[in-house]
Amino acid sequence: MDRFRSHTGTALPLRRGNVDTDQIIPAEYLKRITRSGFADGLFAAWKFDQDFVLNSPEYGGASVLVAGPDFGVGSSREHAVWALQDYGFKAVLSPCFGDIFSANAGKSGLLAAVVDLPAIERLWSITEADPATEVTVDLVDLVVRAGSWSATMHVDDYTRWRMLEGLDDIEITLGQEADITRFESSRPSFKPATQLPPQHSPQHRGRAITSSETRSPKAVHS
Amino acid sequence: MHSSTPRILAEKVWDEHVVSRAEGKPDLLYIDLHLVHEVTSPQAFEGLRLSGRTVRRPDLTLATEDHNVPTTDVDQPIADPVSLAQINALRANCAEFGVRLHPLGDVEQGIVHVVGPQLGLTQPGMTIVCGDSHTSTHGAFGALAFGIGTSEVEHVLATQTLPQVKPKNVAVTITGQLPTGVTAKDLVLTLIAQETTSGGQGYIVEYRGQAIESLSMEARMTICNMSIEWGAKAGLIAPDDTTFRYLRGRPHAPAGVDWDRAVEYWRTLVTDDEATFDKEVVIDATTVTPLVTWGTNPGQGMALGGNVPSPDDFRTEAEQAAAKRALHYMGLTAGTPMREITVDAVFVGSCTNGRIEDLRAAADILRGRKIADSVRMLVVPGSVRVRLQAEDEGLDIVFKDAGAEWRGAGCSMCLGMNPDQLAPGERCASTSNRNFEGRQGEGGRTHLVSPLVAAATAVTGHLTAPSDLPAWV
Ligand code: SF4
Repeated sequence: MDRFRSHTGTALPLRRGNVDTDQIIPAEYLKRITRSGFADGLFAAWKFDQDFVLNSPEYGGASVLVAGPDFGVGSSREHAVWALQDYGFKAVLSPCFGDIFSANAGKSGLLAAVVDLPAIERLWSITEADPATEVTVDLVDLVVRAGSWSATMHVDDYTRWRMLEGLDDIEITLGQEADITRFESSRPSFKPATQLPPQHSPQHRGRAITSSETRSPKAVHS
Repeated sequence: MHSSTPRILAEKVWDEHVVSRAEGKPDLLYIDLHLVHEVTSPQAFEGLRLSGRTVRRPDLTLATEDHNVPTTDVDQPIADPVSLAQINALRANCAEFGVRLHPLGDVEQGIVHVVGPQLGLTQPGMTIVCGDSHTSTHGAFGALAFGIGTSEVEHVLATQTLPQVKPKNVAVTITGQLPTGVTAKDLVLTLIAQETTSGGQGYIVEYRGQAIESLSMEARMTICNMSIEWGAKAGLIAPDDTTFRYLRGRPHAPAGVDWDRAVEYWRTLVTDDEATFDKEVVIDATTVTPLVTWGTNPGQGMALGGNVPSPDDFRTEAEQAAAKRALHYMGLTAGTPMREITVDAVFVGSCTNGRIEDLRAAADILRGRKIADSVRMLVVPGSVRVRLQAEDEGLDIVFKDAGAEWRGAGCSMCLGMNPDQLAPGERCASTSNRNFEGRQGEGGRTHLVSPLVAAATAVTGHLTAPSDLPAWV
């Protein structure tokens, strides 16, 4: 993961709350097995609406997303983070994030910073008045700035430290290998393992259901 | 890591799994069970491969195919090439890294949150994770279970641990008993409507009280399943005799002396009397009625006997705007009685309501009745085991005789990743957990309901409680 200290770019005002990860990227885009190439799925359903702010050329190239409360709630799909990154976003600001979304963002190097609602509303007005306004998100000082205006932002200490240092979580944990091994040796014997005991191995396969057994679809959309 | 200070259930489970703890850092938690499916895992396995790592504990890992698998022609090759590629990636990854997989066509295949409990792999006091937000389902057993993203999936595959910051704790106490015809689904939808979609944000929730104690394991799973819908990280219920009865004799449940030792330990998994929560919510079960959502988030719910609300009914500007947007998307007019809303489709299934008791409940309504001509009804068992059990009980005949489609196991129309989707503008009464815009297919409109309401609605073609139906003739 690259180090993240501070980023400056133009911002996209997304005046919506409760933007769930199904909206950020619908399920049909989740079938890919790569970690990139999700930009076309970003807000896919909303992009049909010509008035949707993402379609506005004035905000082309925006790299800071300023969203309403409860951004990224719902499904755990990390594809939502990847889609935002592929599109060019480096940071998302919201008064409140879905738990799993902020964890995903932190792991992938997308800054998800909590900024209170009045400050978000102010950023909306500033960037709507002048879409070319440069917004700086400073992870070192934990502030967001737009011209002479600034507000504090919040990122949990651990995520901030990892992003500032560009550290890989797995590498950090593998440094505690000895602790993990010690822990494992003390796990009770009644804890289950996924190896199937032989007496329970699958005896019969499920009887397949064929299409002839199902009523012909009335209005199936596929 | 025992301590003598009074602790709540979630803290006890948490403390038991701390591998290391340091000031200013998240605790490193050991993970007892890691469940894997095709959608959130390919990039995690790829990450392992690129860094030359292995799966640390394949024996604590289990994979199944559920999200994008077809529910018809399950004996045929998957027609959608992109879905097929994802399924093939899972199969190749499981083979390469030695992970047990239940593929399409296998008798143990099904939705990951249905499969874990039915195999007896989900047990009290465990830590369970999966790259899926409804992992909270497993909390019904008194396990600490939560959804994670793909980077975390990779982390667990590589280390069998996760760094985690301890959330706060909220107690939800349900007093009294649920009235007849009112289900665990109505209860949890009522809770979410009351607490909103962010009320549980930053919390682990413990559900307790008389109504919870008298629920079956399957109904408890329905409750814990939807913890994420009000923003909670996880939801737990203290294990009791109902839990132990459910587990005993399951393929992976402890046996012999291990069973006795396990039960002895499991009985300690209760919140101590003097322990305190950061927040408490109390709901009187006797006041709960069948609840249906009218909007595009699970908190936008209304009693079936009520009317579609008006944006003016809401206090804040943001709520008013959200309601307006939701009504527009849903094609609803404020003031319309909920019962007059007609549907095109009914979906019974998902990790919320796709277990055998849910199918029995729906079949009981449909026995001897026909679904309305204007309605297409899909019944999708949560797992192959559930399907076989239902067929043993003749439920499939009941559904087919009523005019419903009886399908193979999977997530299906819960998220519309396979061909089971709504067409734009189609309206569906669904036993699943999310009514987000486009969740069941682009432009599709979802009303979240209980299996009882789903079945009754299929009969009349508009939102209906079983008690509204004329008695059988
Ligand atoms: S049934 Fe629906 S909510 Fe449950 S795991 Fe599948 S897609 Fe997710």
